[in-house]
Amino acid sequence: MTWETVIGLETHVELATRTKIFCACTTEFGGAPNTHCCPVCTGMPGALPVMNEKVLEFAVKAGLALHCEITRYSKFDRKNYFYPDLPKAYQVSQLYLPIARNGAVPIKTGKTIRIHELHMEEDAGKLVHDPWIDQTRADYNRCGVPLIEIVTEPDFRSGEEVIAYLEKLRSTLQYLGVSDCKMQEGSLRCDVNLSVRPAGSQELGTRTEMKNLNSFKAIARAIAYEARRQIECMEEGKRIIQETRRWDENKDATFAMRSKENAQDYRYFPEPDIPPMEVTEDYLERLKAELPELAEEKMARYQREWSLPAYDTEMITGQKALADFFEETVALGAPPKQAANWIMGEVLRQLSAGGMEAKDMAFTPRTLARLIALVQTGRLNRNTAVKVFDAVFASDGDADAYVKEHGLEQVSDSGLVAAAVEKVFSANPKSIEDYRAGKEKAFGFLVGQVMRELRGQASPQVVNQIIRERLEQVK
Amino acid sequence: MKITEEMVDTISALSRLKLPEEEKVRMAGELERILEYVEVLNTLDTAAVEPMSHVFPVKNVFRADVVEPSADRRDLLRNAPIPDEEAFLVPKTVE
Amino acid sequence: MELHALTALQLGEKIRAGEVSPVEAAQAALDRVRQEQGRNNAFITVLGDAALSEALETEKQLRAGARLSPLAGVPMGLKDNICTKGIKTSCASKILGDFAPPYDATLVQRLRAAGGVLLGKLNMDEFAMGSTSETSFYGPVRNPWDLTRVPGGSSGGAAAAVAAGECWYAVGSDTGGSIRQPAAYCGVTGMKPTYGTVSRYGLVAYASSLDQMGPIARTAADCAAVLDLIMGRDRRDGTSLEVESGGLLAGLTGDVRGMKIGLPADCFGEGLEPEVRACVLAAADVLRARGAQVEEFALPIMRYVVPAYYMIAAAEASSNLSRFDGVKYGWRAEGYEDLTDLYSKTRTEGFGSEVKRRILLGAFVLSAGYYDAYYKKALQVKAVIKRAYDEAFEKYDLLLTPVAPSTAPRLGESLDDPLKMYLSDIYTVPLNLAGLPGLSMPCGFDGGGMPIGAQLIGPALGEAKVLGAAHAFQLDTDYHTKMPKGGDAQ
Repeated sequence: MTWETVIGLETHVELATRTKIFCACTTEFGGAPNTHCCPVCTGMPGALPVMNEKVLEFAVKAGLALHCEITRYSKFDRKNYFYPDLPKAYQVSQLYLPIARNGAVPIKTGKTIRIHELHMEEDAGKLVHDPWIDQTRADYNRCGVPLIEIVTEPDFRSGEEVIAYLEKLRSTLQYLGVSDCKMQEGSLRCDVNLSVRPAGSQELGTRTEMKNLNSFKAIARAIAYEARRQIECMEEGKRIIQETRRWDENKDATFAMRSKENAQDYRYFPEPDIPPMEVTEDYLERLKAELPELAEEKMARYQREWSLPAYDTEMITGQKALADFFEETVALGAPPKQAANWIMGEVLRQLSAGGMEAKDMAFTPRTLARLIALVQTGRLNRNTAVKVFDAVFASDGDADAYVKEHGLEQVSDSGLVAAAVEKVFSANPKSIEDYRAGKEKAFGFLVGQVMRELRGQASPQVVNQIIRERLEQVK
Repeated sequence: MKITEEMVDTISALSRLKLPEEEKVRMAGELERILEYVEVLNTLDTAAVEPMSHVFPVKNVFRADVVEPSADRRDLLRNAPIPDEEAFLVPKTVE
Repeated sequence: MELHALTALQLGEKIRAGEVSPVEAAQAALDRVRQEQGRNNAFITVLGDAALSEALETEKQLRAGARLSPLAGVPMGLKDNICTKGIKTSCASKILGDFAPPYDATLVQRLRAAGGVLLGKLNMDEFAMGSTSETSFYGPVRNPWDLTRVPGGSSGGAAAAVAAGECWYAVGSDTGGSIRQPAAYCGVTGMKPTYGTVSRYGLVAYASSLDQMGPIARTAADCAAVLDLIMGRDRRDGTSLEVESGGLLAGLTGDVRGMKIGLPADCFGEGLEPEVRACVLAAADVLRARGAQVEEFALPIMRYVVPAYYMIAAAEASSNLSRFDGVKYGWRAEGYEDLTDLYSKTRTEGFGSEVKRRILLGAFVLSAGYYDAYYKKALQVKAVIKRAYDEAFEKYDLLLTPVAPSTAPRLGESLDDPLKMYLSDIYTVPLNLAGLPGLSMPCGFDGGGMPIGAQLIGPALGEAKVLGAAHAFQLDTDYHTKMPKGGDAQ
């Protein structure tokens, strides 16, 4: 019997607004517990919510970028349940009229994933257990941070498709600037609904929901595990229990969570404290016009305009800030292929070493363009340029100044090179003989020695040329 | 509409209330009477009527995305039943 | 004339003229409170020294030439579901314990800025749920006209305190009649303004789409003066309307000539005590004599208002009261085993029966399988009710109805039959459903000497019309000037 895995995703994304959805407290990450709070987000009696206009804007932009229909008349609903991370004992969310519906996300495997709906809601706080006093501490800093929840149809058939979708989603939302989508910081959270069925069947099997998936890797492994578990279950004739299961990183398995209640009845009803939202034609047009060029569009354009290989374009557009950096460097006159190589090589290396993202670097396109120009005009060789790059990267120092200060200008003066060649030749008669005996390696050795003599600052072409000439002469 | 004790138990659990036995029975009776009374609403034909949550056509009430100082944590925690410098305390939460 | 027999505006005038100082007024009020509190239990918290120092502050400002408001220096009381910074705000419930909010309601900020002097927090039905002020954790409030009777609810303490001359005005809250009905039972004037005109920020919510705060005082003019201070857009309340504050007092002329006043026949039929009917119809005559046209019309929608109200109010209340859980503020039960137990014990022991009843009713009408039949249906009926009133106001400037079917019942009579108690809200709840302004003014007494009130209903944002007609009525009558003697009305 062959089995088919059917997966749907519910993804929560923290929006990168400055303030919370219903109050003006900061959304800044971190902060001592309960220091980013006020009567509204801590559920004090009498406090009332007022909607942040940026949240609607970001949600609509996300909906547009995911090719959804934007709901023109939308409102909030209360989802009622008790838990200590929810100070009002209800979460303001959208059930009846979500802001966006019926979207579509094409993924690189060629498939298109349908978006059922996208809605706005507020985040809950954090609970941290303190074993010393055997009590749990409730920190409401995160209460009220704006989220969008994106629910797909059960269109996925493999972990690979899920990861492709998540990468696309993350890139899209980062490009829009609506979220930084970092799973490790919790700004992107994913719950996976999975069921199996005999291949060819049209009916959906009983599904389980998986939580506590903290990275794309974990998601892929959890899907693999859970699919196998369910298949084994079914093959043994057992039934799948509809439940929520927790992914355990260490044990590499899912475990049923203790069911809190039989069926959670959230008693949704329209939120009376927040007037409905009407999205007008003008508003939509304005937002559509503000949508930036997304990653795939850039990749296509780089390949078209500058004949860059697909791989390069994928690397460069991996982060929007990197793509912007690249475009600016090219706009300043750098040849696209050179700029691409520098970015994929040196820039990414530095970012990785510093654990940084492109948007956080001080290094500017102007400086990169300058370095590239210095190499093009022969004033620096590539190796030296890399040294200069490493030196000026952190603070975006002045490349020319550094070169001058450290006397790194490439030696192209043939007189100086010739002098160095003479010196090396006299010091290494054996090498010359080796070369004449046919050992090509000796040539390389001589080049190396001359470069050492010139402290690496010579133009390799000139050195090669002069050595060859002298070797001819010293026949 | 008959209100059974089970139904009272269900909505009590949802509301985090736990009535003693006699009160439960009484409450079931009172709720039943009230719900019986509200049946009169069904004599009004509302098939073509939009449910009205907000009484006036107010919409699009927003504030700008500008940070304002948060409250002093001590003010927020001052009324907490279990005193703590940093947070609100509860018994261990079930995972 | 004794200070406590003055109206708020009269006292405000004397203070402005320098005849009486705010401190003197506050002291007089506190003396009166000491005298009356043991009899009517109108207050939960009396501020004593704090009131005197606030009065002193206002005095200094006035002496320095500050022009605050016509009510500057006038001592007042606030219902105990209105958040006052650093001052206990209990909603008359055990579950809030000694909770003292870290902030003032917007309304409180505005009153303070205008020179208001807070005397104390007033007793009420627990969480504003009730029509008699008997469900308070701090003991029932007694009607100053007859201490064996209720003052009405849920703003019973506010109405009683004004009636007994303990403060010159008070602010209550009204979700289904909680300002107007106690005003009627206590022979004072109370007004619920149009929904959204007074900020709800800092009012502990009962039913968010129905709650409004409003004044209780001796006269319509006093009410106008208070509304001038508290109405107006508040950016902290998303449901507050774009309205300017001010101008209501200045606009009172007493001229009702040409005004068309409608009498809904369905409010004068069965269930209404004959003496109440007579007094309210007599009030219509007074207005007629002043040039208004008064006529009867049909308002059959009346039979749906109470059930629609209770579905909606209970549903919203069940959600609004979920935050009271013993975790963040207030009282916490002891002896709990785990988190769920903490919640259950705290809420079961911390809430009174009426509150629990409404929470359960609300949870029920919102629960899966019942939402459409009950809650959604109620919202549809609400739309029909609103339309009916909108249509009425195409023909009429104002409507006139009774406030309650009877005068104040005796203590202990109403609590055994909650449904019967709910039914007595019939004349007041439709205004909350439709968001309309309404005022209750004294219009007579029954055979036992108990006050009777008449209700004037206006179209949305029709405060000026309502106050104008009430003011006109009060120019020609003196019911509003009567004060209880010893609390044994005969």
